[in-house]
Amino acid sequence: MHDKHLMICGATGCLSSGSAKVQEALEEELAKRGLQDRFRLVMSGCPGFCEVGPILVVYPDEVFYCRLTPNDIPELIEKHLIGGEVVERLLYQGPDVEAPARFYQTIPFYQKQKLKVLHNSGIIDPESIDEYIMRGGYRAFSRALKLEPMEIIDEVKRSGLRGRGGAGFPTGLKWEFTFRAVGDKKYVVCNADEGDPGAFMDRSILEGDPHAVIEGMLIAARAVGSDEGYIYCRAEYPLAIKLLKKAIEQATEYGLVGENILGYGFNFKFTIKEGAGAFVCGEETALLASIEGKRGMPRPRPPFPANQGLWNKPTCINNVETFANIPLILREGGLEEYLDVGTGGSKGTKVFALAGKVRNTGLCEVPMGISMREIIFDIGGGIKDGREFKAVQVGGPSGGCIPTEQLDLPVDYDSLTQAGAIMGSGGLVVMDDRTCMVDLARYFLSFTQKESCGKCTPCREGTKRMLEILEGICEGRGEMEDLDRLHDLAVGIKDTALCGLGQTCPNPVLSTIRYFHKEYEEHINDKFCRAGVCKSLFEYYIDPEACDGCTRCARVCPVDAISGERNELHIIDSELCNRCGSCVERCTREAIKVIPVRKEAEVKS
Amino acid sequence: MSSESATGTVEQLPEVDLSGIEALLEPYVGEKGTVIPVLQSLQEHYGYLPRPALEYTARRIRVPLSRLFGVATFYAQFKMRPRGRNIIRVCKGTACHIQGSEKVGERVEEILGIKGGETTPDLRFTLEEVACIGACALAPVMTINDNPHGRLTPDRIKKILESYE
Ligand SMILES: Cc1cc2nc3c(=O)[nH]c(=O)nc-3n(C[C@H](O)[C@H](O)[C@H](O)COP(=O)(O)O)c2cc1C
Ligand code: SF4
Ligand code: SF4
Ligand code: SF4
Ligand code: FES
Ligand code: FES
Repeated sequence: MHDKHLMICGATGCLSSGSAKVQEALEEELAKRGLQDRFRLVMSGCPGFCEVGPILVVYPDEVFYCRLTPNDIPELIEKHLIGGEVVERLLYQGPDVEAPARFYQTIPFYQKQKLKVLHNSGIIDPESIDEYIMRGGYRAFSRALKLEPMEIIDEVKRSGLRGRGGAGFPTGLKWEFTFRAVGDKKYVVCNADEGDPGAFMDRSILEGDPHAVIEGMLIAARAVGSDEGYIYCRAEYPLAIKLLKKAIEQATEYGLVGENILGYGFNFKFTIKEGAGAFVCGEETALLASIEGKRGMPRPRPPFPANQGLWNKPTCINNVETFANIPLILREGGLEEYLDVGTGGSKGTKVFALAGKVRNTGLCEVPMGISMREIIFDIGGGIKDGREFKAVQVGGPSGGCIPTEQLDLPVDYDSLTQAGAIMGSGGLVVMDDRTCMVDLARYFLSFTQKESCGKCTPCREGTKRMLEILEGICEGRGEMEDLDRLHDLAVGIKDTALCGLGQTCPNPVLSTIRYFHKEYEEHINDKFCRAGVCKSLFEYYIDPEACDGCTRCARVCPVDAISGERNELHIIDSELCNRCGSCVERCTREAIKVIPVRKEAEVKS
Repeated sequence: MSSESATGTVEQLPEVDLSGIEALLEPYVGEKGTVIPVLQSLQEHYGYLPRPALEYTARRIRVPLSRLFGVATFYAQFKMRPRGRNIIRVCKGTACHIQGSEKVGERVEEILGIKGGETTPDLRFTLEEVACIGACALAPVMTINDNPHGRLTPDRIKKILESYE
């Protein structure tokens, strides 16, 4: 028995902030003192609060340490592990707490969350099936083995669960279609392609609790009558793939996967396929083509995969988070508990990857129906550096933005759609007054244009045209008629594109025009980008009133565009300046301002 | 989709050693849906997809060469040219974009004199783009040989690049 468990976050966010070094230091230090048998060190999945990584949680005390460096380790061992005294200086501190917060529950970031799908993430060792089982894992599956397929499907239908991969299709119904489809062979496929370029929910679930996804798939297989499953995971997620493989091995050892599972005459085997980096492969028919080894191009639906999927056999395809919801619903008493959370049309919780200009970035799981304001200001702690909230992008390249006026919108499928966004897969990117909404629209369109598979003309050509127009506006060549052109093209693509990529890619453009028309006008008429993003549409200017001549800006400029003596006003040469923004970041007096491009004459005077 | 394109110039490609390819292909012969896994293991072996290796593979797993090319050029992951010793991936995900990844990318391009998808002539660096590596909290981010570098500003790039030989 170990005295304490030390769960150190080994997920990507914390690895980037140096968790591997902290772990090494812990290992060394424990070994040096001969303590390695008393304290068990585990690299866990992401506990969510990536902003303050590297994170270490000590169990059973549940003390949450953050922003660790290897230098903190000796003190932590000495004081806490040996002395039993919490090291205050390493606890979470911030403007949103009065005193350093000791536990998860006292940190504002966690207070409004409802950890259901993520209840194991960061708490169990993702490489240990025993820990999963100890926390109630595989109980839902063993219960499902005793149920009739339609009984399982019925519970999923009653739960109201809708697909978490983007479209929000009712999961129970999808399962029923697959169950009723005629075929000598059926497949269950997990979509772990996670294509939204600003999101990492699925990755965190796979890295934090891989067995939950396996269990969800097994239950689906039992329900639809399948004996073979595929997990299609991005190759860029090597850790997720490794952990999945390990989880499948362990489940096989325990007789939960393979032949005649637990004596019920039910067989199931898994194959993991690594995706090869095309956004469109997240679309279900393209994904299936990709598993078959073809170019991942969508095909028209119907027929839907439920009837004709992988190798033309009935196939039930769901998203990672959808599958991870299933064990919560199917375990004894789970359905009642599940129905307690959420709103009428949107049950349960949703996991969001909260990023951008918000103070607390990371992964959060919230009850459906919570307001956007609560997510951004209570969980997210508001905007970084005391700046002003402008909008939040929901649903990535297929979604739209929510402006200040709509912040009290409840987060559920229907309200978001009404506001011109979508629930999407769970990317939330928060923007402040230094984000340019026209540039944002251009960014998403350049992404979808590059990722368009080219199979159908409206999407292939239409996205190119829209991108050209947006680039024109960002470079100062825009005219007001462009907005009508964009609108017409958008509607045309939406109505005629073959797959969801084309059908949804105009959304970011339409929603930014809808809510930020003024910003488009300013780009077009005044040739000015107030946010200081579109390089041809602004200049930097040092405010003589504010500058104290500290020289910080000049030292950082990569092209030597700033001149000035110490303690005297500094000046930026706009001809030389390439608008990299480094100086702005460095100036502590906010002396460097964004102004419209000046004409020659104005500069002289 | 893929950023590879013919440059028109005749390029000196390195000799390709085909020993060992047989063992690599062996598990896939006669299996279904293997094109992508085969290409993935070829790329892992060679670092890119050399034409002679593709030709050999086409014969061995009985798939037309044109199909291998078709698949290889469709997916961004597959590279048709040798790559540098250090692979730089600048994150172009949304969170990184709004925190200035474009400026970071431009600075890298400026210093190395190459564009995204290209390799420096001395094979020291290859520059690629990636979408969200899950480190949005540290945006903007780039990885070099899988080492993440976060909270980047253009002025920090030069030093970081210099630390990779
Ligand atoms: C262009 C495009 C990309 C998509 N990418 C993903 C993805 O990365 N992950 C995902 O689960 N679903 C993605 N989808 C949705 C899938 O087509 C499909 O609806 C989903 O896998 C169904 O699972 P669900 O019902 O559990 O959500 C994408 C759809 C489109 C049109
Ligand atoms: S809408 Fe775009 S991505 Fe979808 S099939 Fe057509 S061209 Fe391909
Ligand atoms: S950093 Fe700011 S205050 Fe200092 S010299 Fe530059 S502009 Fe002036
Ligand atoms: S924006 Fe960049 S290039 Fe321009 S003055 Fe500032 S540091 Fe120099
Ligand atoms: S990666 Fe460590 S908390 Fe998210
Ligand atoms: S967008 Fe760059 S790491 Fe997420």
